Amino acid sequence: MKKQILTFLLLCAASTPAFAKIEVFACEPEWGAMATELGGPNVEVSVATSALQDVHQIEAKPSLIAKVRKADFLACTGAELEVGWLPQLLRQAGNQKVASGDGYFLAASQVTTLDKPSTLDRAAGDVHPQGNPHVQLDPYRMLAIAKAMSARLQKIDPANAATYQARYADFSKRWATAIKRWEAKAAPLKGKKVIVHHISWVYLNKWLGLVQVGALEPKPGVPPTSGHLAELISIAKTQGVSFIISAAYQDSKPSAWLSERTGVPAVVLPFSVGGDAQSKDLFGMYDSTIDKMLAAAK
Amino acid sequence: MKRSLLSLCLLAALSASPANAADPALEARLKALEAQVATLQAQIAELKSAPKPVDSPAPAPTDDVEAMAAAVSANPEDAAAAVAAAPEAATSDSGSGTSNPNSMNPAISIILNGQYAHHSINPDDFQRAGFPLAGEAGPGPQGFSLGESEISFASNIDEKFYGQLSLSIGSEDGEDHLGLEEAYIETTSLPNSFAIRAGRFFSNVGYLNNHHAHTDNFFDRPLPYQAFLGNQYGDDGVQLRWVAPTDTYVELGGEVLRGENYPSGGAAHAGAGVKTLFAHFGGDVGGESSWLAGVSALDSHTEGGEDGFSGHARLYIADGTWKWAPDGNTKDGGITVRGEYFLEHRDGEWTNPDDILETQLWDGTRRGAYLEGVWRINRQWDAGYRYDRLWAGDEGPYASDFDPDRHSVELTWRNSEFSLLRLQLSRERANEEDTDSAVSLQYQTSLGAHGAHKF
Repeated sequence: MKKQILTFLLLCAASTPAFAKIEVFACEPEWGAMATELGGPNVEVSVATSALQDVHQIEAKPSLIAKVRKADFLACTGAELEVGWLPQLLRQAGNQKVASGDGYFLAASQVTTLDKPSTLDRAAGDVHPQGNPHVQLDPYRMLAIAKAMSARLQKIDPANAATYQARYADFSKRWATAIKRWEAKAAPLKGKKVIVHHISWVYLNKWLGLVQVGALEPKPGVPPTSGHLAELISIAKTQGVSFIISAAYQDSKPSAWLSERTGVPAVVLPFSVGGDAQSKDLFGMYDSTIDKMLAAAK
Repeated sequence: MKRSLLSLCLLAALSASPANAADPALEARLKALEAQVATLQAQIAELKSAPKPVDSPAPAPTDDVEAMAAAVSANPEDAAAAVAAAPEAATSDSGSGTSNPNSMNPAISIILNGQYAHHSINPDDFQRAGFPLAGEAGPGPQGFSLGESEISFASNIDEKFYGQLSLSIGSEDGEDHLGLEEAYIETTSLPNSFAIRAGRFFSNVGYLNNHHAHTDNFFDRPLPYQAFLGNQYGDDGVQLRWVAPTDTYVELGGEVLRGENYPSGGAAHAGAGVKTLFAHFGGDVGGESSWLAGVSALDSHTEGGEDGFSGHARLYIADGTWKWAPDGNTKDGGITVRGEYFLEHRDGEWTNPDDILETQLWDGTRRGAYLEGVWRINRQWDAGYRYDRLWAGDEGPYASDFDPDRHSVELTWRNSEFSLLRLQLSRERANEEDTDSAVSLQYQTSLGAHGAHKF
């Protein structure tokens, strides 16, 4: 009896049909969206978090373990963004396909990161030793990541390699055109001074030439305090700040508070796919981000 | 660019000789040159102020989007292509050749804990009706104490094994002692999500048992854990577990353990006295709620347990956890409700630990349960209430008509993910005469590697 059960279980597990889609587990919506762009009908994407969640602070939920268990390909940000939950998911799911090797894809490892701290001390807040992980708002890095992701998909699903190649070629063309459009549109934003909630906008700032003059969080991951906000009031007033940026998942109260006291508009940006109605995919996320900033800067 | 500017300057300087100052045509040329120099200077200033291409692709300077992407890529091939395409781009800073002999060190994480507790009953005189204090059970020490500090090392050993070592440092009656909490290896690459763990580890029965105390919501473990597992049951042995390839989380497994520690004892059956089976299930309800439920059984052949028991004992545990948080952001708000139910059968005999000549049959059933709710107010504060109780046996050496119970409330303040202060008030009706009111205050910090905790 026991032997029969075991054989049955093994059979169930082993008999993955050849035409099955590649199951993609994406830690964040942007990588889910990218996998959809690059994989199309060949992939089945499940996303662990939403744009309304703080991905630094997710729990290793049972539903996520079940998803990792079934995944053929795991796409996450890396650079320790998911350090509080992804290792636990991988260990509990015990799925060796995505625990390392070709099925384990970290976006931040595919590009150079900014803000690598020279000293590591938690007195400086929740610092990321491998640099700022929020790479999804630099379109050039996104293109480099897409290229690497496509290469991985071709490797783990060689039967459909040609399709992945073609889809990447198509995506990169559309993306390059979009970059030109975004850069032209966002030209007026260059040199504008901004206050941010969390230091998650360094890539966007560098790309569009925005200048960050302050952050609502006194240190990364430390919630805004009233004393620190008071300091920001004078910065906002004296330095000619154009707008205050927070992400869809963040508490909008501190930035609204600062906006009220200084008259500097607060803008909530999607930060990830699904962060607002317009951000249905990667292109929409960039469109919305730039539109909202332009509207605030007027 | 600089060279052309220099030559322009030279030209300008040369042509500005006073002898020719009267020539109107020359003056016009001079003016034109001056204007050119000004524009060039402006262009240079702009270039200087623009971010370096390696940090961020500035929008203007190149038409080649692919090359810009390659410049920020960590892939050496891409980066090389980028350098060829855009000579000003520096190479990527990844993959530097420096070697650090410590870079292969395991992740080290240290939990520092300290506490103050005041009990209305002297803990030395404390007695719980129906349940002798075994293992780590019972009220903690009166006054200031360190509780348990913990050092843990964890790392992948190679491509097939993961290892973890957790040491606890505590004091008892003025003496410091180092305890080996866990020391195990675990497979990481068995097919089909099977995993085998071997060594010393906390059994996977129930919910709280395999969680380290520093992840608890309350100052101490609930009464059933104290009564039936001596706070937390860990032992030497092996564990096999399997996660099903289903949409709902299903984890099945079992363990064979030495049977040295309470609730077992004496390492019966040639050092394999305890066997366990467990099943855990979980999932999400919508985007804001998650649940986890489980059933477990622990079967023990005991020879001379800490409570004087010898014979066969079986413990069943049912556990359930439900978490709700707005948008699923559990660290910023929401409610966690958890309960566990314990049912224990004993079939054997009892020898009085204080007088080995006194024996009697121990054949009976005892039960326990707790229910707790914690309200996460925001990232810094949470408040919780817990009710736990025990049902003593009707027969046997510790038979009692009185069933102990306890109410506890806690308030926790977190400065960051890594540090907290907790205040807990509790009131336990321990036996017919005594009610122990306790105030506990603790700090708990975590330093070193950023831990990834279980749900």
